[in-house]
Amino acid sequence: MNLKLKIWRQKDTQNRGKFVNYELRDISPDSSFLEMLDILNEQLVTRNEEPVVFDDDCREGICGACGMYINGHPHGPDTLITVCQLHMRKFKNGDTIVIEPWRARAFPMIKDLMVDRSAFDTLIQEGGYVSVNTGSAPDANNIPIKKEFAELSMDAAACIGCGACVAACKNASAMLFVGAKVSHLSLLPQGKVEARERVKRLVAMMDKLGFGNCTNTGACEAECPKGINMTNIARLNREYYKAAF
Amino acid sequence: MSLAGIFLITFLLVHMGINLLVIIFDDPMVYNRAAHFMSSNILIKIFEIVLFGGLLLHVIFALILQVQNWFARPRRYNKANYSNTSFFSKFMIHTAGIILVFLIIHFIDFYFRVKFGHSTMIHVDGVMYHDLATEIVDKFKLLPFVIFYIAAFIFLGFHLIHGFQSAFKTLGLDHKKYTPVVQALAFIYTVVVVAGYSIIPLVIYFK
Amino acid sequence: MVKLHSRIPEGPIAEKWSSYISNQNLVNPANKRKLDIIIVGTGLAGASAAASLAEMGFKVKAFCYQDSPRRAHSISAQGGINAAKNYQNDGDSIYRLFFDTVKGGDYRSREANVYRLAEVSNQIIDQCVAQGVPFAREYGGTLDNRSFGGALVSRTFYARGQTGQQLLLGAYQALSRQIKKGNVEMYPRMEMYNMVMVDGKARGIIGRDAITGKLERFSAHAVVLATGGYGNVFFLSTMAMGANASAIWQCYKKGALFGNPCFVQIHPTCIPVHGDYQSKLTLMSESLRNDGRIWVPNKKEDAERLQKGEISGVDIPEEDRDYYLERRYPAFGNLVPRDVASRAAKERCDAGYGVNSSGLAVFLDFKDAIERLGKDVIKAKYGNLFQMYEKISDDNPYEVPMMIYPAIHYTMGGIWVDYELHTTIPGLFATGESNFSDHGANRLGASALMQGLADGYFVLPYTIQNYLADEINTPRFATDIPEFDAAEKEVTEQLEKLMAIKGGQTVDTLHKRLGKIMWDYVGMARNKEGLVKAREEIIKLKEEFWSDVKITGELDDLNPELQKASRLADFLELGELMAMDALNREESCGGHFREEFQTEEGEALRNDKDFTYVAAWEFKGPEKDPVLHQEPLNFEYIEVKQRNYK
Repeated sequence: MNLKLKIWRQKDTQNRGKFVNYELRDISPDSSFLEMLDILNEQLVTRNEEPVVFDDDCREGICGACGMYINGHPHGPDTLITVCQLHMRKFKNGDTIVIEPWRARAFPMIKDLMVDRSAFDTLIQEGGYVSVNTGSAPDANNIPIKKEFAELSMDAAACIGCGACVAACKNASAMLFVGAKVSHLSLLPQGKVEARERVKRLVAMMDKLGFGNCTNTGACEAECPKGINMTNIARLNREYYKAAF
Repeated sequence: MSLAGIFLITFLLVHMGINLLVIIFDDPMVYNRAAHFMSSNILIKIFEIVLFGGLLLHVIFALILQVQNWFARPRRYNKANYSNTSFFSKFMIHTAGIILVFLIIHFIDFYFRVKFGHSTMIHVDGVMYHDLATEIVDKFKLLPFVIFYIAAFIFLGFHLIHGFQSAFKTLGLDHKKYTPVVQALAFIYTVVVVAGYSIIPLVIYFK
Repeated sequence: MVKLHSRIPEGPIAEKWSSYISNQNLVNPANKRKLDIIIVGTGLAGASAAASLAEMGFKVKAFCYQDSPRRAHSISAQGGINAAKNYQNDGDSIYRLFFDTVKGGDYRSREANVYRLAEVSNQIIDQCVAQGVPFAREYGGTLDNRSFGGALVSRTFYARGQTGQQLLLGAYQALSRQIKKGNVEMYPRMEMYNMVMVDGKARGIIGRDAITGKLERFSAHAVVLATGGYGNVFFLSTMAMGANASAIWQCYKKGALFGNPCFVQIHPTCIPVHGDYQSKLTLMSESLRNDGRIWVPNKKEDAERLQKGEISGVDIPEEDRDYYLERRYPAFGNLVPRDVASRAAKERCDAGYGVNSSGLAVFLDFKDAIERLGKDVIKAKYGNLFQMYEKISDDNPYEVPMMIYPAIHYTMGGIWVDYELHTTIPGLFATGESNFSDHGANRLGASALMQGLADGYFVLPYTIQNYLADEINTPRFATDIPEFDAAEKEVTEQLEKLMAIKGGQTVDTLHKRLGKIMWDYVGMARNKEGLVKAREEIIKLKEEFWSDVKITGELDDLNPELQKASRLADFLELGELMAMDALNREESCGGHFREEFQTEEGEALRNDKDFTYVAAWEFKGPEKDPVLHQEPLNFEYIEVKQRNYK
């Protein structure tokens, strides 16, 4: 298939970026989206041009490194996948594909399609953990956990930290990311102990980092490659009120 | 934000109930008495202040949050968001703007005139009443006014259909079983409110 | 001359580790604050070690090439983690896990290390549960287990098909907590380019900031490698795109011995290659073999029609299917160890029974399981894997059988370490997949997570103190000393040399060619002739690389092409060493299959008399052949037998 690509190119934060058009021919519908970009980059390097920079690593949809905004969708038009799992058969011959980086104040631009998502790390550092030192754990079966809660917790814990929720949200809000972490931990007895402190600190940090506010629009849930549910946002709110009173 | 919203949602129902008196009863005095009661009862007067506070909070929070939200994405996407989402939620601030314009006109037309005495007065049983019912009927004989009024309520509907259920989520109320109920309720409520308010000018205009 | 000393503690095997802990040297809390430890890599081994050491009070500097420590490739592990808890009451024990691991590794691992691994496995599960890892549970609230290849008990703990992710997030969160506390300085997007030695001890690293392209110096009292495996030498593998061997390779070139480089695991259940543009291979968890049945047609004409795309798997009647694993290995059936399953698939495909257009795929069929258990049960167990398969291949595995083929997955070989995970360079430690230690010639499923976390949470934090106890008088030192100057200069020169080539071939083109040589000659089946040829071709390719590679961009800037080229330069050298090691090992064992050494039925034939040793290679200089050292392996607690899964 033949494609027209319109890709955001920006050398660094000092330079203003712009869209650059590229044409690609004879792309196999069975190739992945990133493989298509690999082919483009091979051609660019051969022509002595700088390749398009983007983050990627595992290329099997779990590390959360890849992420770009394709035709108005984080991770592209397919659902429940990351860009690296998107395949070209989802496009039609002759399509124009617009590719932009994640855009949010909390995710500053680095280069081309690469942004700095360390704000997510800062959030986890702020309290997204259980304070237990190595070696001090009781036997794993000491505390039974209701299967339903273990499953709900796992649903939330499946978050890969890719940032699609922030990218999709019209307000660039990180509520789904934070909601997922708060839910993951507060649903388990091990995480309940410090649930109050955790939620207060995470919410305060989220505001400080410049993420927007949640208006329950649901774009995060619609675009989340792991299908993380918005109920986690409501649970975050609930935990927050619990902590306040 | 959500609390103020839910509060306003309740008020809308009360207000609608009183308005409907205009068309339910042929006697304009039913409405006028109700309006008189609403503006003279001491409890209601206190409540009026609370109501204004709620509205003000709703608006102020909305502005603060909206500015923060715009600020959270200084550089917009070239290709707009196509995510499959709650459609009306994307335009809450826009629908809010239209509703605000309506409210301002509404206040100038009715509320302030009543408060500062420019409306027609009638005497019944030794009590002075504002003859608002007649004024309403007069207004709704004008087509542009009817259209404007109904349009405003349709936008209010857009605002409500998302706002109603969103308020619950913001309050942390989300449940496998009950959230669909809340959503259904939001829909019914919105239809009732929009229809309830809109029917008044229509009935009057076509009478 | 390097002397290999494995430092295995005296005493019966079950008491070695506890007696080691009781007798080792410790560092007192006041001194811990004064000691710096560099940890390169933040996967399971690196993140858990960084967190644990920081909790103890050491000052840790942690590095990863990704934008966040949470992205390390441990996250991709799907199936689970083994532990000898015996929660299922099916007769599991520490000894049995130890036994299975040594046997699964085809008797090429060190008994004492493996026993320790089995011993601490239970603590790992406790630790992870306490951290909030949402393992699968029974309705009664207790932990669930499943069975995995190479074992007759259910000892694998799992969190859906994302066990690696959940364990890594647990370690990452523990690490994050220490970052916040200021005990760990975290350097993401900082790749190690050189190791710095001062007075014969590992004292620091040279890192390159991927964003600015600047080289930076870091000093410490000890350096820990936790950089994972080197499977990307094959270009196509299930490894992450950025996974590389450069850190361990620089250490090898500084004098750390490299153990068993030819031991590479080929995973039997990956999605087959579909075109020459392919960038990586996707693994389907081995747990699928619990319920899926592997087969090819037993008539060649059916296979040919499948290859032409005239029919699909569902068109072939039951009697014309060859469930070759069940046929050849009735006892273990579809659950034979990975090396056995991989070779059996290759054998069928080489014989012309492959089922996709390239003839390099076999079926993994869930029809029986869906009939037996129902679609819902299968969906609950494997839903996310099935979905992943469908997204990639566009086939619905609930309707048609999956197609799978073996792919490079894990490297058992790595930097040689002793019982203390100490390399042959004082002060340099290697953990997780980056060391050679615990899996012998083949790793069992769900053991990689176990080893990474065992090393990071429970082994290294103890053993490193035995070394650091003698370093308490070494003050923190600045990096403006000649040793750092020299190490940085080496890197600068190498990178400048790369940038100056300005040749005609892209890095990936050359890497793909290296991958093809490796896969053809140093892959699933090897022979003398091929290995000799591989070495010659790699040497030629290396020359071509150094004269004709094309790198765009600037030296001191964000430059992915330069990063890739620098990694490939090391892969080319490592590939050669792998071929040499494979050539040296004249036997078949585990993942290493030499066609000259097989039984009449085509099973791997070990040569215990001559090759019961760890091959540890010593770097002697760029143009010189490395020197082989042998660490003999003694089996006192396990009888060495030909593996039998029949």
